[in-house]
Amino acid sequence: MRPFSYARARTEQDAFSTLAQTARGAYLAGGTNLIDLIKLEVAKPDAVIDINALPLAAIETTPSGELRIGALARMSDTADHPALRSAAPAISQALNLSASAQLRNMATIGGNVLQRTRCVYFRDISQPCNKRRPGSGCSAIGGDDRKMAILGANDRCIAVHPSDFAVAMLLVDATIHLRGPAGERTVPFLGFHRLPDDPSRDTNIQPGELITALTFMPSALTRSSTYIKVRDRASYEFALVSVAAALEVTGGTIRDARIGLGGVAHAPWRSREAEAVLIGKVPSRDLFTAAAEAGLQAAVPQRLNRFKIRMAKNAMIRALTSVGMPA
Amino acid sequence: MDDRTFSRRRFLIGTALPAAALGMGLSAPAAVEAQTAPALMGPEPVDVMLQVNGRAYPLKVEPRVTLLDALRERLGLTGSKKGCDQGQCGACTVLVDGRRVNACLTLAVATEGKQVTTVEGLARGGRLHPVQQAFIDNDAFQCGYCTPGQICSAVGLIAEGRAGSDAQIRESMSGNICRCGAYTNIVRAVNAAARA
Repeated sequence: MRPFSYARARTEQDAFSTLAQTARGAYLAGGTNLIDLIKLEVAKPDAVIDINALPLAAIETTPSGELRIGALARMSDTADHPALRSAAPAISQALNLSASAQLRNMATIGGNVLQRTRCVYFRDISQPCNKRRPGSGCSAIGGDDRKMAILGANDRCIAVHPSDFAVAMLLVDATIHLRGPAGERTVPFLGFHRLPDDPSRDTNIQPGELITALTFMPSALTRSSTYIKVRDRASYEFALVSVAAALEVTGGTIRDARIGLGGVAHAPWRSREAEAVLIGKVPSRDLFTAAAEAGLQAAVPQRLNRFKIRMAKNAMIRALTSVGMPA
Repeated sequence: MDDRTFSRRRFLIGTALPAAALGMGLSAPAAVEAQTAPALMGPEPVDVMLQVNGRAYPLKVEPRVTLLDALRERLGLTGSKKGCDQGQCGACTVLVDGRRVNACLTLAVATEGKQVTTVEGLARGGRLHPVQQAFIDNDAFQCGYCTPGQICSAVGLIAEGRAGSDAQIRESMSGNICRCGAYTNIVRAVNAAARA
């Protein structure tokens, strides 16, 4: 690892003013992504500012009934939180299917949302990569593209976002709370992650900003949700494809639907096309198949990952069946 | 290896100070509410007081030094192993404030004020920890390289209450890779220890 200096922030202002003293400082939360990327020399901060002492780890229900997940809540504590499990089971499931128990004990919710892609070419500094070095080219295109994107990619970047949690968060109309040197702001979770128009930017976070919390209002829709992850081994692996699905069914009719796809795009992918097929209809295997077809209609496979299209469709049908037609 | 042999006086000073004050290094006592940003320390070696297996270890380490390297290279606690050094194998698993973590992705300087437990710190009064004993009784290793990490991970798993079934143990131990493939007996050992 290259040398860097270190500071421990006790307040958000501490963090902002310390960062301002550095040329390429980085905030350190769980460290599971940042320390790894520093070792690989993908990240080259001159300073890390440890924000773990900030009081941002609480998970609580607010007086208005919203669920508020502090940015420094650990993945393990969040996954097992009873209020979250009943408010949005898909989110708990997604967290428990992520990484390993050790990493979940370390990694934070804010860091999870901001984690970088696992694209092997992004992580290998000997290879050109538009995300790491804009304009240098994309080594994944024409390379080992088996795990790469099938939706929303372009000729600059075909990497996928690695988070399970972020896919499940597509179901709940969450708000991201940000604070930076210029003050506080909130943005919708939907749209926070970017498609690779500029691959160097994963999200719309601004320099120096911290995520402080994620909030959402539980509803009949979010309470009826599930997460399915398909991967190369049974545990401790990133998704080849994953599906988060939520259905609100009353009187035998689907009143509302939300579908998120993971492992398929540069951002957690909301499938409005699949949702449109479902809303107002009676749950059935044929309907779920039609939704899956609609959701993957725009898919464009790379050389080695045509299988992802079928896999995503099947996972979507399975997820919809488990929430919409429980046995 | 002089860091391993420190004087009784330094030990007493170290343990008498509140952890929070130690946490601020020498530049800004935590008792005083600082109005300015905390000082950047390093990249040269900085003073760190590690609490490992119930002992205080004053160290001078660069901020970039991981907890794993500090344990192995500076404290001589070589039980925790360096497998992948990327958080992918679990050989470096230790307990920090009772929770299992990957020491290879943890900065030593960031563990100041926390209690670190390695495989060397599990035995009590000359008796092996029940998980250690169960690994022996159930022949839960072959080459043994991953074993300290497996054992620390199993101690954490049992404390988390995740030893409900073999399937739950397998899932919750998935962060610890065993290249020899001793998994069958590892699950058996964790099961036995959880019910001991």
